[in-house]
Amino acid sequence: MAQLGSVFVIAGFFSSYPVRVALVAGLMVAVVSGTVGTFTIIRGQSFAGHSLADIGAAGGSAAYLVNIPAIYGFIGINLVAGLVLEFIGIGRLRGRDLATGIVLSAALGLTALFLYLDTIASTTTNVTASLLFGSILTIQGSSIPIILAVGAIAIAIVMVLYRPLVLSSISKELALAKGIPETKIAIGFLVALALNVSLTAITVGAILSTALLVGPAAIALKLTRRTGRAILIASAIGVIVTWIGIYLSYDSYYWPPHNHGWPASFFVVAIIFALFVTVDTIVRMRRKYLVGKRPAKG
Amino acid sequence: MFSAFMLNAWEISSIVAVVSGVVGFFVVQRANAFAAHALPNGAFAGAAAASYLGVSAVIGLSVFSLAGALAIAGLSRRTRSDVATALVMVLMLSLGSLFLSFSSGYAQQIYSLLFGEVFGISRSEILPTFVVSLFCLIAVLFLYRQLIYTSVVPEAAQAKGVKLAFVDLMFLLILALTTTMAVPVIGTVLIFTLLISPAAAARSFTSKVPVAIMISVSLALITVWVSIALSYWTNYPVGFFVGACGAAIYASGRIYRSIQSKNLNFGEANSLHAL
Amino acid sequence: MSNVDQNPVKLLELEGVSISQSGREVLHDVTFDIYKGKFIGLIGTNGSGKTTLLRAILGIISPSSGHIRFLNSSKQGRSRNIGYVPQKIDFDPDMPLRARDLVALGLDGNRLGISKRKKSDKLLIDSLVEQVGAADFANSRVGELSGGEQQRIMIAHALISKPELILLDEPLANLDLRSQVEIVTLVSKLAREGNITVLISTHDMNPLLPVMDRILYIANGKVASGEVSEVVTTESLSSLYGHHVEVVNLKGRILVVPEIEEGGFNFLRGIPGNEDH
Repeated sequence: MAQLGSVFVIAGFFSSYPVRVALVAGLMVAVVSGTVGTFTIIRGQSFAGHSLADIGAAGGSAAYLVNIPAIYGFIGINLVAGLVLEFIGIGRLRGRDLATGIVLSAALGLTALFLYLDTIASTTTNVTASLLFGSILTIQGSSIPIILAVGAIAIAIVMVLYRPLVLSSISKELALAKGIPETKIAIGFLVALALNVSLTAITVGAILSTALLVGPAAIALKLTRRTGRAILIASAIGVIVTWIGIYLSYDSYYWPPHNHGWPASFFVVAIIFALFVTVDTIVRMRRKYLVGKRPAKG
Repeated sequence: MFSAFMLNAWEISSIVAVVSGVVGFFVVQRANAFAAHALPNGAFAGAAAASYLGVSAVIGLSVFSLAGALAIAGLSRRTRSDVATALVMVLMLSLGSLFLSFSSGYAQQIYSLLFGEVFGISRSEILPTFVVSLFCLIAVLFLYRQLIYTSVVPEAAQAKGVKLAFVDLMFLLILALTTTMAVPVIGTVLIFTLLISPAAAARSFTSKVPVAIMISVSLALITVWVSIALSYWTNYPVGFFVGACGAAIYASGRIYRSIQSKNLNFGEANSLHAL
Repeated sequence: MSNVDQNPVKLLELEGVSISQSGREVLHDVTFDIYKGKFIGLIGTNGSGKTTLLRAILGIISPSSGHIRFLNSSKQGRSRNIGYVPQKIDFDPDMPLRARDLVALGLDGNRLGISKRKKSDKLLIDSLVEQVGAADFANSRVGELSGGEQQRIMIAHALISKPELILLDEPLANLDLRSQVEIVTLVSKLAREGNITVLISTHDMNPLLPVMDRILYIANGKVASGEVSEVVTTESLSSLYGHHVEVVNLKGRILVVPEIEEGGFNFLRGIPGNEDH
């Protein structure tokens, strides 16, 4: 990374191999998260979406132990966790939170065990840090195909289930009345969520995984009530914010305090948070203004 | 197993278990599991900040967890509370990762903050933990009825003059204090399990709130005692045993309840009590 | 059917009340009075503002303009003693709370601190449980009760603080016909015994017709009120709903029968609670 300092920033930015890999991975990650995230919020599964990132770490640390690529560990345990979540009651409004908590806490226990075994096996503790804070700028170029493949599958599932998902997210009763197999749809969505979160948690880390899943979609749903439009807006916001984050992170190699770069996740989250608060405030002010202007209908 | 440093472990983990059992009952009752995960997680980032700034970890933990509680409560008025919780948590965590990137050689501390250092507790840490715990318990008793009322029929509580936003905020602050106290002792992972599993299981064994709280405390104590003992004997991490115990007691609660309600349904079918 | 009361006492007065919520004016310039001891039905479509109106009377939300005044009392809104049965309560079946505990929350759920419950309070809880016919299931988990049983408990919960006025928001929704009749009969009986004023919102006025004194009809943000005998006529209801509605007298019972249009239950659009959203 030392030679980075000598290159002109913008030119250096695009010619840097890690940056190009990060931009491509960031694009995919943001689009998948925008798509799946919109439904995650509508279905009230933000907690589950975040938990799968942490649960995945149990699979990741187990995979590390038996020397298979961590992504398979993530995907494997998250698919199982998704099924368990559905089985113990994520569908019920009152039990959703608790069901997620129980599965998460059990998985965290497993993570404790596997990380301990990992550290015995390899005398390194860095695996903990990288599982938690995985950095978008350290993605291997060779993992781009699998990122694209897993992301594409998650998006494909959401697209196939799109109509029933919209319907069952609005009203379960209505969906049942139309003969939609509610449980199958719910499981289908959890599979997409599990794939999405596995992919993002391992490439960009648990923080960015949750931030990109929840943040852009939450902003988009403030701006529009149409699901399709929300997905497009969420994906666009996600991509832009991620790329800005990558750029700033790259640029921050010249920043204080140590000239070794600020994490991209910090920039992405900070921008998302600020954007959310700003959009929310504007939408609120606009509503107040409209009330003053418009009499009651009829 | 009962040597001086182990005694510290027993004492402090018992204190933490009692508070977690009580506060956890309300976490489950009020569907605050996400916050119970987010606050310790975010507070953990505060410890990273504290370490970089060279101040005591407890300051970082308390500032981050209390600020997190305020932010979650504030943002929940603008959006769905799970979205608010997620956004605040990732903000705290990303600040943590920023400070972590400024510091170096932090990896070992990450592990201990995640999974605690219950065997490394010093005598001097017991008193502050005890005082904060007592404060949390008193605060819960003070708000006891409102905490329950607002979780069962919030609209009716509101009609009786209970301020929902105030009760929500107070409870998040209690949760934040519990977090601050527990994270240095048992870590973010264990505190979450102790807040969720014993309380969730306790609900299955009784239909009375005070009894459920007592069962929750008992199960939390059993969980930490069994886990510490097993960890001591096997050398495996405490976190693993806490997670396993938590899952086991929750499962036993579910099984007990399903057997019980089957008996109940059978009884009802036999009686003439229709409708 | 209605109380013949020579000197009706005004309990509550709404004057030019407008309320906006999330950018929409839900109620516009609403004015009506409520007299003591009356049984009043609040009729209106889903989203017409019934719940908003009830919450404004409770003092939970405040009007953007106009006044809600309680007569003969300095206390307003929240500090007043009003019984409330909110709509659509989704009780967690796993919640460790017995039916009688929920009734007790109506007595002291808003208090701070803990204290041992007095003997007199326990007797009061028992008597309320008895009055609403809930003695059989008072010790069951509230989340495991049927919809009708839960409504009985919520009514006891609302009445235990001995209010002058009780507001019920769609208490008949999701109940079978028999339970609907039971709940209406129960509320009307208890209200008459205790001289309690009742304001009850519903989408189907038929179950209320035998006991209701007055009707508040709410539509398009506006409220019209009248005696049952004035409002429940074929002409007046048809013009309110904007569809033809027939009022018939069936063996001494008044029934409101909407006209069935081609293609099924189109008439239901005019009647709250039946809209397909």
